[in-house]
Amino acid sequence: MTDLSVNKLIQQLTAELAPLFSSTDQPVIVGIETGGYLIAKALYDNLNPDTELGKLNITFYRDDFTKTGLHPTVKPSNLPSDIDGKTIILVDDVLYSGRTVRAAMNELFDYGRPDKILLAILIDRGGRELPIQADYVGQTIDLAEDEQIKLSGQDSLNLRIQKNKITQ
Amino acid sequence: MITNNLQLNENGKLKHFLSIEGLNKTILTNILDTAESFTSVTNRSIKKVPILRGKTVANLFFEASTRTRATFELAAQRLSADILSLDIKTSSAVKGESLLDTLHNLQAMQVDMFVIRHQDSGSAHFFAQHVAPGVSVLNAGDGQHSHPTQGMLDMFTIRRHKGSFENLCVAIVGDIKHSRVARSQIHALNILNTGQVRVIAPRTLLPEQTEALGVQVYHDLDEGLKDVDVVIMLRLQKERMTGALLPSEQEYFRQYGLTADRVKLAKPDAIVMHPGPANRGIEIESSVMDGKQSVILQQVTYGIAVRMAVMSMIASQPV
Repeated sequence: MTDLSVNKLIQQLTAELAPLFSSTDQPVIVGIETGGYLIAKALYDNLNPDTELGKLNITFYRDDFTKTGLHPTVKPSNLPSDIDGKTIILVDDVLYSGRTVRAAMNELFDYGRPDKILLAILIDRGGRELPIQADYVGQTIDLAEDEQIKLSGQDSLNLRIQKNKITQ
Repeated sequence: MITNNLQLNENGKLKHFLSIEGLNKTILTNILDTAESFTSVTNRSIKKVPILRGKTVANLFFEASTRTRATFELAAQRLSADILSLDIKTSSAVKGESLLDTLHNLQAMQVDMFVIRHQDSGSAHFFAQHVAPGVSVLNAGDGQHSHPTQGMLDMFTIRRHKGSFENLCVAIVGDIKHSRVARSQIHALNILNTGQVRVIAPRTLLPEQTEALGVQVYHDLDEGLKDVDVVIMLRLQKERMTGALLPSEQEYFRQYGLTADRVKLAKPDAIVMHPGPANRGIEIESSVMDGKQSVILQQVTYGIAVRMAVMSMIASQPV
C-alpha cells in the first residue's frame, strides 16, 4: 500500500489551472461524483472563481448500467443553469478506461453546448479503452490490473493503492 | 390466490411491477429515491437519459386512459426506449387464448417490457406468468385490484410535500369499493408506516372487511377530515356502478363532495390530491381542485419520474 499526498497534487493542479481564470469569461469547474467532485471542490475553493461549482452524476449514462444495476440513491447532477458557450473544466480523481469521462461528456451535452471541455485528473493510471486524454494531470502512475486506487475522506483527502479485484 | 413473489427475482430485486402488496419498505423507498433523482432529468432542457436505449416497451391498454398512458409513454421515451402504444378497445373481456396470442405476437417483435391496463383483476399477473424469461410486465391498472405506479406517484407526492410518513394522517375519500388506486395507496401507506390511514365513504362504496386493510373507517366526511395532513379524493366510478349504490350524484356531492369549507376541517397546510380523471362538482368542487392546496397537477408531473424509476429498476437486472 502506498499513500500519496493529495494536497500536494491539488496545489499543483491549482497552479496549472490558475491562468485560465485570469480572463473575465471564467471556466466552469464540474466534478464527477463522487471522488471527482471532492477534487473539484478543493480546486474550486483554491481558485475561488465567479462561476458556480458543478456536480455531475453519470449513473444514468454509464455503459455498464445493465450489468451493475442501478443504485437507488443516485444524487442528481447539479450544473450551472447555462453551460452554452462556456469552457468546462471536467474533474475526476482517477483516469483509467476513459468510460466515465465518455459518459460525463454525453451528459454535459444534454445540458447544453459548451465551447470547450478540458479534463483535469488527479491520477492518470493508464489502461485506456477509449481515445481520451487528460489536459491536466496531477500524477501519472502505472498500476497493475489487479491494483486499485481509492480516494477517501471528506476534509483531508487520501489516496490509497491497494491490491484488489478490479470492480470497474 | 395471486402470488406476489412473481414480482421479485431470486435476489429480491424488482422483476415485474404488478402490485404494491407483497413488496417491502426497502423496495418502495428505493422507488421513491430513484424517482427523486429522475426529477432532475425531467427538469432540464434535454429530458432524456440513455438507460433504456435499444429496449422496446409495449403499452397495451385494454381500457381507456389519458394520464397513465401518456406518462408511461413519456417515461419510456425519456429513458430512450422505443415505445409502441396499442389501444385495444374490446366489447367483451379478452381472455385466455386471445390475450396470450396478443402477448406472443408482441414478444415475437422482441418487446422487452409490457405496460398493461386491463379491466380484469389479475390480468397483469396472468401476463407475467406467461412472458418469456427476461421480459417484464408493469401493471398500469387491472380491474379493481391494483394500480401500483399510481400508488407510488401518490406516495412520491406526499413525501415531497410532507417529508416522512410516520406522523401523517391521510384520508382517502369516496368510491373505495371500485378503486384499484385506493387499494394500492392503502397498501403503500401502510408499508411506509404512515401514522394513520382513514377511508371515508358511504357503506355501499366500501369493500367488505375494509378494516382488515389496516385503515380507520368513517362514514361522515366532516368527521373524517378533521386534522388530516393529506386528503385524497377518488373518482366516482360511474361506469362500474351496478345496482343502486347511490341515491343521486347531487346527493353524493352534498354528503361526500370536497368543498372549500370542508377543506378547512383538515390541517391548514393539508394537501388535496386526486388521481384523475376528476368529476368536478361530483366528488370535488372546482374551486378546491384549482385551489392553492391542490397538488393534483403535480401528481401528473411526478408520474413521469416515478414511472421512469420503476422501468429503470426493472431494466437494471444483472442478467
